[in-house]
Amino acid sequence: MNIVVCVKRVPDTAAEKKLDPQDFTLDRDSVEAIINPVDEYAVEEALKLREAQGGEVTVLTMGPDGAEKDAVRKALALGADRGVLVKDDRLHGSDAIATARTLAAALAKLEFDLVIMGSESTDARTSLVPQALAQLLGLPGLTNVKHLEVADGTATVQREEEGGYAVVQCALPALVSVVKGINEPRYPSLKGIMSAKSKPVDVLSADDAGVDASQVGLEGSGTRVLSATARPPKEKGVIVVDDGDAAAKLADFLQQHKFI
Amino acid sequence: MTELWTILDHEGGELRKVSLQMLTAARGLAPALGMEPAAVFAGAGFDRAKDALAEYGAGKVYVAESEDLDRYLLQPTIELLAGLIQERQPGVVLFASVPAGKDLASGVAARLGAGVMADVVELAADGDRVTCSMSVFGGATQTTCQVAGSPQLICLKPNAVVAEPSSGELTEERVDVTVSDGAKRAAITDRVQQEAGGRPAVEEASIIVSGGRGLAGPENFRLVEDLADVLGAGVGASRAAVDAGWYPHQHQVGQTGKTVSPQLYVAVGISGAIQHRAGMQTSKTIVVINKDAEAPLLQMADFGVVGDLFTVVPALTEELRKRKGS
Ligand SMILES: Cc1cc2nc3c(=O)[nH]c(=O)nc-3n(C[C@H](O)[C@H](O)[C@H](O)COP(=O)(O)OP(=O)(O)OC[C@H]3O[C@@H](n4cnc5c(N)ncnc54)[C@H](O)[C@@H]3O)c2cc1C
Ligand SMILES: Nc1ncnc2c1ncn2[C@@H]1O[C@H](COP(=O)(O)O)[C@@H](O)[C@H]1O
Repeated sequence: MNIVVCVKRVPDTAAEKKLDPQDFTLDRDSVEAIINPVDEYAVEEALKLREAQGGEVTVLTMGPDGAEKDAVRKALALGADRGVLVKDDRLHGSDAIATARTLAAALAKLEFDLVIMGSESTDARTSLVPQALAQLLGLPGLTNVKHLEVADGTATVQREEEGGYAVVQCALPALVSVVKGINEPRYPSLKGIMSAKSKPVDVLSADDAGVDASQVGLEGSGTRVLSATARPPKEKGVIVVDDGDAAAKLADFLQQHKFI
Repeated sequence: MTELWTILDHEGGELRKVSLQMLTAARGLAPALGMEPAAVFAGAGFDRAKDALAEYGAGKVYVAESEDLDRYLLQPTIELLAGLIQERQPGVVLFASVPAGKDLASGVAARLGAGVMADVVELAADGDRVTCSMSVFGGATQTTCQVAGSPQLICLKPNAVVAEPSSGELTEERVDVTVSDGAKRAAITDRVQQEAGGRPAVEEASIIVSGGRGLAGPENFRLVEDLADVLGAGVGASRAAVDAGWYPHQHQVGQTGKTVSPQLYVAVGISGAIQHRAGMQTSKTIVVINKDAEAPLLQMADFGVVGDLFTVVPALTEELRKRKGS
């Protein structure tokens, strides 16, 4: 079974992020970058399936220069077989749907039975890319999956829903997005890190990937950012040190604000 | 007149609160855009939704009732909505910014080549455009955005707007539902409800009480649940508590959990690591109970208690019960 895992390079949350004052896109050089944390669960799920059933795992990333080192090679170090990076200045500023278009074009050139993604990126946090990508590829989009089994060409998943989960069955090919906790991601071994350096990574331009350049980037995106401002600091609140009456004071506060 | 649609979020006809909030937002916004509000009900159980729709002034409702929409995952509804939008050409379509609503919005956007904004907390009219405000980077930055072209697809976060009833006649327009074979590939074979006690889900709750490592063990989450129940709140948890196996993952708030902005967020025994703050710092009112006066979350508290949660929380629950009773 061949699997493509989409991983994104994101800024480390612990670092402060800046928006480019000109076009309000994320200034990705201003911060340290990591593989999107939830995507590590996607990689792990793919590796587990390959170990059980054979086949190849390809990592696919759309991103700037550093994405090869920070995302693709990291996934290769965990055990993925090869990588594809779509990198092109014309992709700068792509929104979720434009990102999905780019990934869809690159995926059309790959052979796969299953696409596995994270449910949400920590920088964009839109969760829009997976279902959009499923539509563009004409695949069933099984999003927010917390348990995945594949047998005889059929995927059976538990999908998180409000207050519980749904069990969904679907013949492959399909697209799955996974939530944190679906598995326990492994750490890269020293051997993995060494061998990652020699694994093949195809770096594609938008043209190589077959992306229609008018449909991506800042101009090709269907959304426009008008302004971005730092959130004003919160006004200082009331702090009480409990000497027996804190509960009553807090109850007063909650009552004043009509929470009871 | 061009319409502004609300795609209703419901469970078998039981409307979720966010639907009433969207109807309220739509009513406020439509006149300024020169549009007329209308709602779309897709799924089974319209009869159960009727009263609430009338009470919250839904006006015109497109009703696409079919069990098939609930039997197969998402795709039939995505295709239905995309078709209906193409046919009726609404100018703006509001979805709930919850996982199900975002999936519908992004699926429809990809099929129609339309633009979509997620996680919007404020809407304003600017000519025929809707200016959307949202927080990014865990609430550190506020942005305003617009969708280019038409329709403008917008996902509104729960609790961004306070739902207000409104009078007006409810009119129904029935819509045929046909489900293509291609849309039947992912079949739902079972639904499992795990939530006990009818507490609201964290993503929807207008009040959340969250517990962290300070609770010292899974059995003490009962303190958090008891407080949540007097307040009618949902229960959240820090990652430390979730990773320790004290509370299920779907309750985790933060960078790798849910991003919430309830009216009230009560943090019990949570230190306030940046990854936790990223999921809750846009909450309207923040209450923190922590025994360490240096805990970073106390910095952003509207009301902070420096004290032992094992005495403060039960006392607070008791006090609130008493006041509610009188
Ligand atoms: C990539 C990544 C993603 C992450 N994502 C998330 C996320 O989504 N959500 C999240 O929450 N964290 C996340 N974290 C973890 C985060 O960094 C913190 O480790 C975590 O939030 C700490 O949880 P806590 O506040 O419950 O525990 P602690 O930091 O241990 O804090 C416990 C607090 O309880 C107080 N306390 C103890 N006993 C008492 C008592 N008797 N009475 C009152 N107070 C008491 C202590 O003073 C302390 O402040 C992430 C980390 C990483 C690296
Ligand atoms: N630029 C990208 N390259 C590869 N995968 C991506 C990219 N952006 C988003 N994804 C995938 O889509 C998922 C959801 O991201 P988002 O929709 O941005 O919240 C991520 O977890 C990734 O698996």
